[in-house]
Amino acid sequence: MTIPGSWYLTLAAVIFTMGALGLLVRRNVLVMFMCIELMLNAVNLTLVTFSRMLGDIGGQVLVFFVLVVAAAEVVVGLGIIVSIFRRKANVTADDLHLLKG
Amino acid sequence: MIGHLLLTTIALPDLFTFIFAGLAALVGAGGVILARNPVHSALMLVMTLFSVAVLFVEQDAQFLAAVQVIVYAGAIVVLFLFVIMLLGVDRREVTQRDPLPAQRPLAVVAAILVLLEIGLLARSHWSTGQRAVVGPTNGGQSNIVELARAVFTTYLLPFEATSALLVIAVLGAVVLARRAATPTDTVSKLNTESSNILVEAVADPAISSDDGQRSHQ
Repeated sequence: MTIPGSWYLTLAAVIFTMGALGLLVRRNVLVMFMCIELMLNAVNLTLVTFSRMLGDIGGQVLVFFVLVVAAAEVVVGLGIIVSIFRRKANVTADDLHLLKG
Repeated sequence: MIGHLLLTTIALPDLFTFIFAGLAALVGAGGVILARNPVHSALMLVMTLFSVAVLFVEQDAQFLAAVQVIVYAGAIVVLFLFVIMLLGVDRREVTQRDPLPAQRPLAVVAAILVLLEIGLLARSHWSTGQRAVVGPTNGGQSNIVELARAVFTTYLLPFEATSALLVIAVLGAVVLARRAATPTDTVSKLNTESSNILVEAVADPAISSDDGQRSHQ
């Protein structure tokens, strides 16, 4: 018998929470971005687990699309970070308050 | 008692694979959060991504495991490392100056609440047990055949839309990374124009001294 799906789901929930915690705690924009990737991976693990539990390939197709969107997101996000860094020479989230009234 | 039960119902290789890959994923996730140096965070992220790929293989998603390693570990993390090295931010994060001292404890509380909420939702809204809307995961054929059939029949339109998304992302990256139309360039163009006026004023005595002074200013 294989591992029960609930174990994978619990692990994915813990990884997702750690990603959310890192996003809230860290100041460096790049590390915050990595924490978003962590959360995306936790969700991917959940989708693959449900795909196996329900015997439905749709979950894996969704993971495929999440991977593509994650790649596009990283490209644009890192472009934004580089262009911010050109102006501010700083990638700390607390120092990016140009829109503050 | 419980351990004995587990060993009798779950195959030992599966159990060991899950435990080691799960632990590695958790350690990697913790490392991403705790490492002071962004490079270390990126390497810890690779560890988590590999472990998740192992868990994918464990659940018969071989193609996604390969894509996970190639796209995430091979492309995305390398891109992260590129940017870290390019910006030169591979030094320790400044933590002395803390504008919001209460933020970190509150963040921990919020994360625990998120975990509890996920647990609550998982208890109250469990999956319905409906099976195989699109196609079976292992209907006699390999994982990649089933996945390809779903992607190129049922999900053909979203698949085409992702290609448009990738093109848009590439265009966005090019526009963001372009240096041509920055304000500094306009300033330097103005500077060269005014210095041209200055050169003309010096070379041509017919231009009044008033103009020369203005361009000096």
